[in-house]
Parts: sequence; structure tokens; C-alpha cells
Amino acid sequence: MNFELLLQLIVNGLIVGLLYGVVGMCFVLVYKSTQIVNFAQGEFLLVGAWVCWAFLTYFQLPFFVGFLFTLCFMAVFGVLLQMIVLRPMIGEPIISVIMVTIGLSIFFQSLTKWIFGVSPQSYPKVFDTQSIAIFGLNIELAYLMSTIIAILIMAAFFLFFKYSKHGLAMRATAFDQQVAQSLGISVKQVFAMSWGIAATVSATAGVVIGMVNGVSDSLSTIGIKVFPAVILGGLDSIVGAIVGGVVIGVLENVAEFFDSQWLHVGNLYNIAPFYVLLVILWFKPYGLFGTRDIERI
Amino acid sequence: MKDTILTVDQISLAFGGVKALTDVSFEVERGAVFSIIGPNGAGKTSMLNSISGRYRPQKGTIHFDNQDVTHLRPNARADLGIGRTFQNLALFGHMSVLDNIMVGRHHLMKNNWLTGPLYWASPAQKEELTHRRQVEEIIDFLDISHVRKSIAGTLSYGLRKRVELARAMALNPKLILLDEPMAGMNLEEKEDMARYILDLNEEFGITVVMIEHDMGVVMDISHEVMVLDFGKKLISGLPEAVMADEHVRQAYLGLEDDEQLQEVG
Repeated sequence: MNFELLLQLIVNGLIVGLLYGVVGMCFVLVYKSTQIVNFAQGEFLLVGAWVCWAFLTYFQLPFFVGFLFTLCFMAVFGVLLQMIVLRPMIGEPIISVIMVTIGLSIFFQSLTKWIFGVSPQSYPKVFDTQSIAIFGLNIELAYLMSTIIAILIMAAFFLFFKYSKHGLAMRATAFDQQVAQSLGISVKQVFAMSWGIAATVSATAGVVIGMVNGVSDSLSTIGIKVFPAVILGGLDSIVGAIVGGVVIGVLENVAEFFDSQWLHVGNLYNIAPFYVLLVILWFKPYGLFGTRDIERI
Repeated sequence: MKDTILTVDQISLAFGGVKALTDVSFEVERGAVFSIIGPNGAGKTSMLNSISGRYRPQKGTIHFDNQDVTHLRPNARADLGIGRTFQNLALFGHMSVLDNIMVGRHHLMKNNWLTGPLYWASPAQKEELTHRRQVEEIIDFLDISHVRKSIAGTLSYGLRKRVELARAMALNPKLILLDEPMAGMNLEEKEDMARYILDLNEEFGITVVMIEHDMGVVMDISHEVMVLDFGKKLISGLPEAVMADEHVRQAYLGLEDDEQLQEVG
């Protein structure tokens, strides 16, 4: 058995899993505060990565400047999306709103294809060296950066929800919009804010993955991959999203290992997470960290 | 001249063909305890929801503190100083009692995400301390300090009602709307709640508009009583005067039947 390969794959899985966790957190954020399951989550990554790519190649901006501009753009993008498309849907049946997000997903996939073409593009070189060796493992520098960014974002999320007044307002709105309003919280602002944050943070993940794999349509599939991660974690738990993301990331890579060594099914890594998801939901229907109803007997 | 804090003028509210409220007008004096009574479906909660902004009446105006609030959103009205509790408990069940109350405090906080992280160097610290102190005052006042860290959803019914009142008080409201604050309580809890309402009215100077079915409590603590029946205002005035009214007895208290029974008996 090739332990070195296995170890390398597990480390890769952890790193990619953290990114899934970040995207999953955005998913949970939108779901928690607006009750919308956002199927256009993956397109946030896609749009963010393409916009950053455009800043870097068309406008020849240095990476970190272009990246910063991208984040600003995505914040505005998320807020506008909420205001123009989703705000009129407030009060409509939730299933209609979910259909709208599926529509948005198709729309943005086509739009990016139309503007940027269908062939994958790669980012201009950001770091001089592509990868470094840690304990004998090859780790892409971009992934190392992504891990740091992911951990920073997670810490920021935690502090935001725990200690800031907007975080408290979001938790309150998630629980009961009517009560939140009676306490002086503007529900519209909270909704716009959560979409803005989700778009910005997802774009960060999109750019990082784009740096390693190149920018292409396949970025939007992350949005689908994150889905089992989020369900696994319990759909409304931020911690759950992170744990779920890491579990799915590692599983993928371990499945890849077994596949390449013995099974030779091909593409097993794509479906393995979903099987695990099924099994876990058998035993824990609320997910690992989902909110159970409090019941007084 | 009377100092009115709330003026409701010719309010009509209909849901499709159902008229919940028809041309209801009344005034609430600053510092009063104003009770709304009436049989089920009389439009009491609709009235309260119209004041808090949950419902928009089709006709009529509502003035609060000399300002027309008829078209303001609920959160804007809360900012102006209208707090409320709900008929069915509406606490944030998975949050701690303290967090629940801090949500009520939320809109009064001025510091934002820029000054917040500079906690030690900015006015944020002083602000936080002030708010904490006031929240503590409310917690002491309602005797809920022993459950401050508990998760709200795990508390007993009477305690949850008290936490909900605390949350509404944390807004620093000038007017507080209480929707059946004593429903489902035992006698002791009712007495406690009545005392809290009186105290928050007298000590904190908060005007109270409440809906309550327990006539004993209503008679004891209200300065003024209004009776609604089928969405229309029957009468309003001093509690004794209202109780003595013939229509009220017929519509709500059903005393006439008792008298007839006595005659038969």
C-alpha cells in the first residue's frame, strides 16, 4: 500500500475540505437568515474567479489589488442580487424562491460562458514557486494561502456571530423575522447583508481554487459538492458546515486513493460523498450538528 | 391639556371580506396603563399589530409621540420607542436569556464593525458597559438573574413570559404593547406579572397598552379600559365605568345571564 500517496491525498483533502467548509458556511449563512437554499452558491465562486481573472489579465493589476477589487465587486454583486431578484420574492412560497436560485445558477453559468468563453483560463503567476515541501509532502503555495485564508474567515465568522450586533441581528432574524422587526431590526438590511457576505466569501474560495486549477465552468460544481457537506453538518450550523466540508474533502481524496489503487471504477471520488451522506442521514436525520427542537415535557 | 402618547384615528382593517377592525379611534395618555378587552375574535390583537406595524390598516392614521407612524415599517416603529410582546411566546429559543435581551438592546448600539474591533481604544467599550448595566437593571427588576445563562427554550412558561417582557423593555420603549401577558399562568405568577407591569409603568415611566382576559387584573391595574366587539369599539373609560356599562355586560361579561339565573333560582 502506498502510504505516502495516501497521506498526500489526505492532506489535500483537508485543505480542499476547508475550502468546502468556507463555501458551506456561506450556504448556511444564507439559509439561516433567509431560509433560502441557494443553488446558485457555486456561481458565486465562478463569477468571483472570472472577475478576478479579468482584473488581473485585462487590467494588468497586481494580484492583491485585483483580489481586493474582486471582493468589493462581489459584495455589491451579492447585495444587488438580493435587492433586485430576491427581495420581490419575500413572502412567496419558499419552493418558488429556490426555483429562482436554480434559474440564477443557469443564468450566471451561461453569462460567464458568453463573456469569458468556454475554455479554461489560468491565472497569471502569483507566487514564484508553485509548491513547497512540508514534512516531505508537496503542498501548493496557493493551497497553503487558501488554508490560512479559510481559517481567518472562519474565525471572523465566529466572532461576527458571537459578538457583533449585526451578527446578533442575523441570528434573531433567522429565528423569527416578525419578532426581530418588533425589536427594531431591519429584516431587509439583514437579508442584503447575508447575501453580500456569502458572495464575497465564496468568491475568495473561487479565486483560490481558480489559482490552482484554472478558471472554468467546473468551479460551479463546488456549489453542488458543498451540498452534501452542509446537509451532513446539519444545514443550519456553521460549525457543522466546516466539519462537513472537511469530512467530504477527505472522503473524496480517500475514495480517489482506493479507486486508483484497487477498484478502478473511475470517478468514484465524485459519488462517494453522497453515499456517506445517505448513510449518515439514516442515523442522524438532523445532520451532525443540526438544531433540534427544544421540547419541554 | 391631556398629554397623549398614542392617537389612533378611525382605523379600519380588513382581511379580504373579514372586517377585523372598523373605525376604531382612541387615545392613550402618557404614563397610563391602558387595557383592551373583548371576546375572542374582537380584533384586539389586530389592533395591537396595527400599532406595532405588523398590519397596515386600510384606513385611518396612527400618531405616536406627535409623529405620524401609519406608514412606517415595524422596525422603524421599534426605533421610535414602541416595544411589544407576543401572544404566543416568541423568544429566540436556542439563544441564552442574556442574548435574547441583548437583541432588544441591539438597535441602541451605535458602534459598528469598524469601531467594534477597536474595543479597548474606542467608545465601544464604554457603550457596551452602559448597555450591560441597563440590561442588568432590567434583569434584576424582573428577578431573572438566576436563569441569565440558560437557553431560553428550556425555561418554564412563566419565566419565558418574563424574559420576553425583559427583551421588550431592553428597547428602552416609551410605549410597550403586551398581548395577554398573563395567559396560561397560575395565580402566583399572575400576581407577580401584575406587579411587574405596575412597576415598569411607575418606575420606568413606560406607557402600557395591554390585552388581557383576566378581569380581576384588568380592573386592578388599568387606568383606562377599552372594549372591542366584532372589530368595533364599544366603549372606553375608567374601569369601573366600563364594567357598569350595559353593552359590555351583554357582549363580554355575560352578567345578564347570571342575573337571569339568579332570578330563576
